[in-house]
Amino acid sequence: MSARRETALWVAQRATAVVLALCVVVHLATIIYAVRGGLSAGEILARTRGSLAWGTFYSVFVIAAAVHGAIGLRTIAAEWLGFRGEAAEFAMTVIALALTIVGLRGVVAVVGA
Amino acid sequence: MKGNWAPADTGATTLRVVVWRGDENGRFEEFEVPRQPSQTVLDVVTYIQRSLDPTLSYRFACRVGMCGSCAMTVNGTPRWTCRTHVDKVASGARLEIAPLANMPVVKDLVADMGEFFDKWARARGHFKPSATRNDAFATVDPASSERREADAGIECIGCGVCYAACDVVAWNRDYLGPAALNRAWTLVNDARDAGQAGRLAAVAGDAGCHSCHTLMSCTEHCPTKLSPTRSIAGLKRATWRLALVPEDGE
Amino acid sequence: MRPARNHPAYWAFLVHRISGVALALFLPAHFWFLGAALEGEAVMDGLLRWAEQPLVIAGEWLLVVLLAAHLAGGLRLLALEFLPWRNWQKTLATLAAAFTLVAGLVFALAR
Repeated sequence: MSARRETALWVAQRATAVVLALCVVVHLATIIYAVRGGLSAGEILARTRGSLAWGTFYSVFVIAAAVHGAIGLRTIAAEWLGFRGEAAEFAMTVIALALTIVGLRGVVAVVGA
Repeated sequence: MKGNWAPADTGATTLRVVVWRGDENGRFEEFEVPRQPSQTVLDVVTYIQRSLDPTLSYRFACRVGMCGSCAMTVNGTPRWTCRTHVDKVASGARLEIAPLANMPVVKDLVADMGEFFDKWARARGHFKPSATRNDAFATVDPASSERREADAGIECIGCGVCYAACDVVAWNRDYLGPAALNRAWTLVNDARDAGQAGRLAAVAGDAGCHSCHTLMSCTEHCPTKLSPTRSIAGLKRATWRLALVPEDGE
Repeated sequence: MRPARNHPAYWAFLVHRISGVALALFLPAHFWFLGAALEGEAVMDGLLRWAEQPLVIAGEWLLVVLLAAHLAGGLRLLALEFLPWRNWQKTLATLAAAFTLVAGLVFALAR
């Protein structure tokens, strides 16, 4: 793959890493806060239903995680499974799209009123 | 000296040494070597070749830790054998000696360093002069940040230990490797070099700096105490703009 | 582990890579689980009750630890690649490990 493409993927990996670092800190704090005294759907949804803030937050989180994860898996597949080339690039794109779609569906599920 | 010296372990006076023989499809052969005070692994190999089996092939030159020719895999770790005391590495009076990893085996303990140096060239790891003998001397401030970056990596003698230690070299056949990339970085920081155009493109990408995952085995094992990881991190920062530049033909 | 690999930066790399794979495999399940809310609160509550089983709780704890480990390792990498070089990588790796443990403990206590 061209130097330009590889460099672009590397930049995307680091950029999404920074975004994810912020999202994960918020997410971890939220989890630890929410999980005290047990977890119920009502509690979760009361926080997220109709909330533009949480909707935006989780959408950004989903997209960043999908991109970051797909690029990471591509590297591991190339180095540990010897899976490289056009097929691997296609697989990476499919994984990124699939994670995005399923993830945004989840966001809609908990935010949609 | 002989009378005062005590063996490091159980009082054994001989060493069991297994040495790689043949090419990639060879096997380990066992020898028994008398222990000596201050014995190095190179001493052991030399003893085997001179006294036990003259057909053993190996490389060495200076035998004082300056040239890097004697680099081999000792008990699983790439080292300079002239600088490796047997007492430090022989586990239970047993020594395993093999050629450097990640390189084709020519014979016994001799590795083929051809691809190692080919990659050096592919990384544009060579100096291109920008002046002639008729020009004044270049003035380079040794305290400038670029020169300090270059100086931090300049003592590499191309021994191949870092390349042998790097797992990415094993996982990715095209990966240029720590030594080549380290040298390219020193040149990126060399104010006198006229070969910068194309060097950054040469060290970027899947074969280049972006495949380094900071395993840091290179830094851990470099006998000259260099840090190729540091140089490669520098290359990553220097090359990121290539993501934006359209390549020829695009 | 082969002696040449037995050093802190290598362990940090392994932890980072393995936690990344584990999280990548977990993520689709996590998203699907959340999508269950589309079918109504009752279905979601049912799934949450299922998740109260000890084995699932242990799995959750492991995921939180993996997430914290991957985050800490990732921050270490960003520091190594973008900040001026310092020779305290071992300290960075230790800090990352410490953060992971703390996060795991806090979560375990909160649960």
